[in-house]
Amino acid sequence: MGLFFHIGRYASFMGSVLRRPEQGAVFRKLLVEEMNAIGLQSLGIVALLSVFMGAVICIQTAHQIGGWIPVYTIGFTVRQTMILEFSPTLIPVILAGKVGSNIASQLGTMRVTEQIDALEIMGVNSAGYLVLPKMIAALTCIPFLVILSMALGIGAGMWVGVSTGVSSAADFEYGMQIDFNAFDVTYALIKTCVFALIISSVSAYHGYFTSGGALEVGRSSTKAVVYAVVIVMVANLLLTQMLLG
Amino acid sequence: MIEIHNVSKSFGDQTILRNVSAQFHPGKVNFIIGRSGSGKSVLTKCTVGLLEPDQGHVTYDGRNFTEMDRRGRKAVRQEIGMLFQGSALFDSMTVAENVMFPLRMFSDATEAEMRDRAAFCLERVELTHATDKFPSELSGGMQKRVGIARAIAMNPKYLFCDEPNSGLDPQTAIVIDNLIGDLTREFNMTTVVVSHDMNSVMEASDFIHFIHQGRIAWHGATSEILSAKSEVLNEFIFASKIMRELRKTIS
Repeated sequence: MGLFFHIGRYASFMGSVLRRPEQGAVFRKLLVEEMNAIGLQSLGIVALLSVFMGAVICIQTAHQIGGWIPVYTIGFTVRQTMILEFSPTLIPVILAGKVGSNIASQLGTMRVTEQIDALEIMGVNSAGYLVLPKMIAALTCIPFLVILSMALGIGAGMWVGVSTGVSSAADFEYGMQIDFNAFDVTYALIKTCVFALIISSVSAYHGYFTSGGALEVGRSSTKAVVYAVVIVMVANLLLTQMLLG
Repeated sequence: MIEIHNVSKSFGDQTILRNVSAQFHPGKVNFIIGRSGSGKSVLTKCTVGLLEPDQGHVTYDGRNFTEMDRRGRKAVRQEIGMLFQGSALFDSMTVAENVMFPLRMFSDATEAEMRDRAAFCLERVELTHATDKFPSELSGGMQKRVGIARAIAMNPKYLFCDEPNSGLDPQTAIVIDNLIGDLTREFNMTTVVVSHDMNSVMEASDFIHFIHQGRIAWHGATSEILSAKSEVLNEFIFASKIMRELRKTIS
């Protein structure tokens, strides 16, 4: 029963979110602010994690190959891992923690301090006003962050591979290019867009429907991250089967 | 005039409002008073549409608000100003931006016109010096006054105040009470104040509805309340020593 209640309320919530904004200029201003919060302010963590992950994948792959497995496999593995899974799935999972909890706690605080009621009383569609800019900002910024993550991870893998001597630059580049299928990037970006919508909307849902006080805001924030991550993982499986299976 | 017709509201098996009917007079300060948990806030939320009544309806100057579609409600809500218990100021905006917010969303005014209107409203609540401050930099009383300035920014026909004096010292509370009364008369608004503070009631009200266990147990003009025959009302208003002393003096 609880599940159906939440599905119904989420659908109704999305119906309110996706209505036309009341004031285009206000919406654009909010969108820019959200793009800054979700995109620009996540650049550092995304870059840091991607560089280290690319480097680690390179070293682990080098550790496991030997004998008849060619060295260019390192470049190939780094590329495939970053493009297919690390960047499009783990980066959104990390952003679910950073961005998702931020969205949920912001909206939760606005709810318990009656700021959302104040918007409603004025006649503002509070769900649309508060959530739509966040969803569009997530949808536009997270794919860019993922592309950046792919590039940085592969670049870091190559740098570590060459500097530690496990692979030459030529071997790594050859591995990076071999058997490249452009659809892998398309698949990754489709996944990313779906995950961006899940993270922003699920977090907003939990924050928007917070009731109580500070304790409940904390709970909503935790629930937002947990549910967003679980739903991202389920969607990852389904999308992978649909697009690659 | 705002009219409440036979409104009932329950949460689960707990009935909060039982067939409540009331009229709030235009150009007057109408108080809803009662003990904590008596249903005052739920009644207000049903009146402004933040909660849907299970039964009954609310009309604003004859317009059935409860049964209106989204657009109709939006139009009526632009005629409503509300001061919340915790002020509910947007903490990411300055005082001036808070006051300008409803204008920005729903008027065609230019930036200069909006600034002028915000300046007027802030001057009216004596807060012109706080224009560029953020809500977190203001005291509780100042936040309430900004809340009032924001509520009157759109020149509303109806003003709702939910516990306007909660958390304020007696002197600041009187300032807020008088401000609400003055603005009601100045802008000829229908003002509804939810409170359990008898000082505030005696200071600012014109008409009073006393709600007890989800029902209107008494209603009348402020001048009549001290001689009212309702036992539950008398228990409520003469609960404090100062009110008992006042009763002795009057009698």
